[in-house]
Amino acid sequence: MPKDSGIGVSQKRREDVRFLTGAGNYTDDINVRGQTHVHFLRSEVAHGRIDGIDTSAAAAMAGVVRVFTGADFEGVGGLPCGWQVTDRDNNPMQEPPHPILAQAKVRHVGDPIAAVVAETYEQARDAAEAIKVDITELPAIVNMQSALAEGSDKVHDDLTSNLCFDWCLGETDDAKVQAAFDEAAHVTTLELVNQRLVANPMEPRVAVGDYNRASDEHTLYTTSQNPHVIRLLMCAFVLGLPEHKVRVVAPDVGGGFGTKIFHYAEEAFCTFAAKECNRPVKWTASRTESFLSDAQGRDHVTKIELALDSSNNFTAIRTNTLANLGAYLSTFSSSVPTWLHGTLMAGNYKTPVIQVNVKAVFTNTVPVDAYRGAGRPEATFQLERAIDTAARELGLDPITLRRQNFITEFPYATPVALEYDTGNYHGTMDRLEAVADIGGFAARRAASEASGKLRGLGINCYIEACGIAPSNIVGMLGARAGLYDAATVRVNATGSISVLVGAHSHGQGHETVFPQVVADMIGIDESQVEIVHGDSAKIPFGMGTYGSRSLAVCGSAMVRATEKIINKAKKIAAHLLEASEADIELKDGVFSVAGTDKSVAWGDVTLTAYVPHNFPLEDLEPGLEETSFYDPANFTFPAGAYACEVEVDPETGQVSIERFCAADDFGNIVNPMIVDGQVHGGIGQGIGQALLENCAYDQDGQLVSGSFMDYAMPRADDVPFYAVDHSSQTPCTHNPLGVKGCGEAGAIGSPPAVVNAVIDGLHSANHGVKHIDMPVTPARVWEAMQG
Amino acid sequence: MYDFEFERPESVTDAVTSLQSEGAMPLGGGQTLIPTLKQRLNSPSKLVSLTAISDLQGVRLDGLNTIRVGGATTHETVAKQAVQHYPALADLAGHIGDPAVRSRGTIGGSLANNDPSACYPAAVLASDATIVTSQREIAADEFFDGMFATVLEEGEIITTVKFPIPVAANYQKFLQPASRFALTGVFVAKFNSSVRVAVTGASEDGVYRWSEAESLLSADFSPVALDGAHVSPDSMISDLHGSPEYRASLVKTLTKRAVVAAS
Ligand SMILES: Cc1cc2nc3c(=O)[nH]c(=O)nc-3n(C[C@H](O)[C@H](O)[C@H](O)COP(=O)(O)OP(=O)(O)OC[C@H]3O[C@@H](n4cnc5c(N)ncnc54)[C@H](O)[C@@H]3O)c2cc1C
Repeated sequence: MPKDSGIGVSQKRREDVRFLTGAGNYTDDINVRGQTHVHFLRSEVAHGRIDGIDTSAAAAMAGVVRVFTGADFEGVGGLPCGWQVTDRDNNPMQEPPHPILAQAKVRHVGDPIAAVVAETYEQARDAAEAIKVDITELPAIVNMQSALAEGSDKVHDDLTSNLCFDWCLGETDDAKVQAAFDEAAHVTTLELVNQRLVANPMEPRVAVGDYNRASDEHTLYTTSQNPHVIRLLMCAFVLGLPEHKVRVVAPDVGGGFGTKIFHYAEEAFCTFAAKECNRPVKWTASRTESFLSDAQGRDHVTKIELALDSSNNFTAIRTNTLANLGAYLSTFSSSVPTWLHGTLMAGNYKTPVIQVNVKAVFTNTVPVDAYRGAGRPEATFQLERAIDTAARELGLDPITLRRQNFITEFPYATPVALEYDTGNYHGTMDRLEAVADIGGFAARRAASEASGKLRGLGINCYIEACGIAPSNIVGMLGARAGLYDAATVRVNATGSISVLVGAHSHGQGHETVFPQVVADMIGIDESQVEIVHGDSAKIPFGMGTYGSRSLAVCGSAMVRATEKIINKAKKIAAHLLEASEADIELKDGVFSVAGTDKSVAWGDVTLTAYVPHNFPLEDLEPGLEETSFYDPANFTFPAGAYACEVEVDPETGQVSIERFCAADDFGNIVNPMIVDGQVHGGIGQGIGQALLENCAYDQDGQLVSGSFMDYAMPRADDVPFYAVDHSSQTPCTHNPLGVKGCGEAGAIGSPPAVVNAVIDGLHSANHGVKHIDMPVTPARVWEAMQG
Repeated sequence: MYDFEFERPESVTDAVTSLQSEGAMPLGGGQTLIPTLKQRLNSPSKLVSLTAISDLQGVRLDGLNTIRVGGATTHETVAKQAVQHYPALADLAGHIGDPAVRSRGTIGGSLANNDPSACYPAAVLASDATIVTSQREIAADEFFDGMFATVLEEGEIITTVKFPIPVAANYQKFLQPASRFALTGVFVAKFNSSVRVAVTGASEDGVYRWSEAESLLSADFSPVALDGAHVSPDSMISDLHGSPEYRASLVKTLTKRAVVAAS
């Protein structure tokens, strides 16, 4: 009989009931008695010197509680960067200060200059208009090449240049790398742009700061993916508050996609101002503010070279990337173009020599940081576009060329610092070829051509490093945080369970999936298990959710804690059953003595734990609550192969996605439906990047696509029905569930498939187009076809 | 938003009176005006809603060859009520924005706003419609006055739009992927003795008639008639979504497609 509960079952997401019936409790739903509202006056110029700020008229306006400027934060710390990258000569990156409110200079459009706290939002806004800011506009530094040019103006006057760091990974001996290229039978070179994106979660960022004068305690309600990380950064680096006096709550969060990982000025401001004003302070971003202040994603300009020998084996890869950091270092910005990007340049292939060069650059634009996939989409896009180009140049079948170069033996140590524990790339490619019906493509192309359309097929593979990661290793690489996670399994007297987890669910479905695991391990009904997350006052110190890590890392902590619970419960059961602990078996929520009909139910054992009348008190403490902190032994390595079929309208350049198939290896799967959903969402975002989304600045540093009228988000009719297969499974070798993570795969694996397909379609009509940068808009395709 | 007064008169006369106060503006569906108010880009002293004036509502047949669309008729209503009389117009209205926009936005608001990428201006110009206002009747050819500009005077209300019904017509809208306004759109209307072609979303001067296509199609209403036609990219819009050359190419492609669809 198939299972109807527990691990492996497609349970419907229990949290959706409250989300879909309007019962969710988002940060903006939280209103604290006596609350004031803050409006931030933001810079309208990309780069300027602040010559003076006059807030006197504003301060005198109706309803105004207080007006803050950078001067109020002079003794206060700035926003920290959580990852110190060292450059190719072992020097630390240049780290400019990032004040809460601008001091002396503004560095991007949207940089907050002043903040008005008032009784109502409209009053705060009215008063902000009365603030007189005297700014001398300076030339905007927007383009990365010119930012690095000798004599360029500087974003940060105190730094030596706009270069944050010049980083190298893999083979550092240039001569060796060059030798590999000199010996190559064929070299494919591609220059490409991985364009900047705006994450645009449906819920904008919100912060509510509350201060209790009686207890000297702060509470910050915020739209965060990791409340403990925010508390640590804000207390230790920004405001200098004792952690035990600060509670950070991230309630229901309406999507994060990475951009809600980071510690933002507005969070620190509301916490600070609540004490200064002795009133709660609330801020809710408008969509315009989201465009101008949420950390943005991607923005790499890359040249990749791929060398092949005469048998078409990959022999070397060399990349040179410029990575845009924007105006300031956002919390994890420096790790994205380096350790989350360079380490993935081996992909699924056994290339012996790899050199990754990255220059990270400050510009007068919104800061850039992790966005769904974070560095791995950029790596995958370069590599898979280059391989596709090589196949075309050499007249080879793109699948055959990939298969020939697959890594097949595990563990595999790449030349770029990772050790893949397991994988089966032929396995996922086999699944892809079946699901995508590659054999039927020729007929589908003929049908498209009969209706005047070009049809293209794009294939690519991907690998990602998820479950970030062993703390000792990331510490060596520059992380200023640990990357374990934590779970407390609190069994109540009557047998129901609260699992307090460090992971944060903001769309992932943890509230459904985590209980499936615990209930399965014990053999009780899932309804008896619930997770608690998002409140530093309730949960153990965990690191939150990003990098597809929740089940692999926090889930492992939960499994370990549940194992401790079961071990202790078995001792109690042994006592009750007057048997040896070694003979106790747990099945379907009943403890029994092996080989006998003696048994005791889960609920009786849990009750005994809290009503310990008949209890081995000399050997065991009462109660049934266990905590585990789990630090993974390695990253996990989900991998897969994707196929996209597009139709191209040869007259208008319009691309439509006709088919999209994904074959992923996520290891073991707890809830297949939720995994499908994660892949669907990821592919949707990947298609968004490939065809639609473009965060563009003009030469003055103004955001050209600063609203949904110009920033094209993927809509339902932009994407096809997906075929998603995850039956090829190689369980992770080092975590207890054998799981790998599925949250980012779709966004990582899909953009190259789409672009490869468009190029293939154009070649079918003899348009010798080598590459089109994303977003592959109709206008760009049309222009490419004009030659 | 800044504070403003709000009135909702029930007759055109009352609306005109209300609009006489300094800084007053008519409000149609608010789909364009309200967002600009929210952004504080506009600060009318008073909004005079036209939605309660029954004379401004609905689509009516006027004789055999004309329909009259009330100035405050929503896109959704036009999509439904014009479908028998003027299917190409109904189809255009049915593809403006999304259901929420269509259930609020009005033809009068769209024409008064004259967004260079809006759909209705193309239909009005290609159909040789007449814009009836609280003061006068204005021929379509006289009405539009460049991007976001018309000959309407302050306080003047569009009360009705009179559309001559063509023998055949079609609107081809090529979507701007973000806003889903027309990146470029072409409305072709074939009358007994002539063809009119109006182009939106292409020119920096707003909606315009493509006269070369009109004469070619008047002689031969078929897509091949346009083969030799040339669309100059001069003074066409250049933005994130397309170059002048691209738009020029779209104008020709879409016109041909409209002819095919209308035939
Ligand atoms: C998401 C979205 C998508 C859209 N997509 C499209 C699209 O695809 N194609 C398209 O064409 N449009 C599109 N629009 C615009 C939409 O059609 C608007 O409804 C229209 O432009 C304005 O009409 P309104 O009734 O809302 O006018 P309002 O916003 O109320 O007013 C606009 C202007 O017209 C004036 N005005 C209003 N009514 C009259 C009148 N009767 N007489 C004189 N002046 C008047 C107002 O004073 C104001 O200056 C879209 C809008 C949105 C928000």
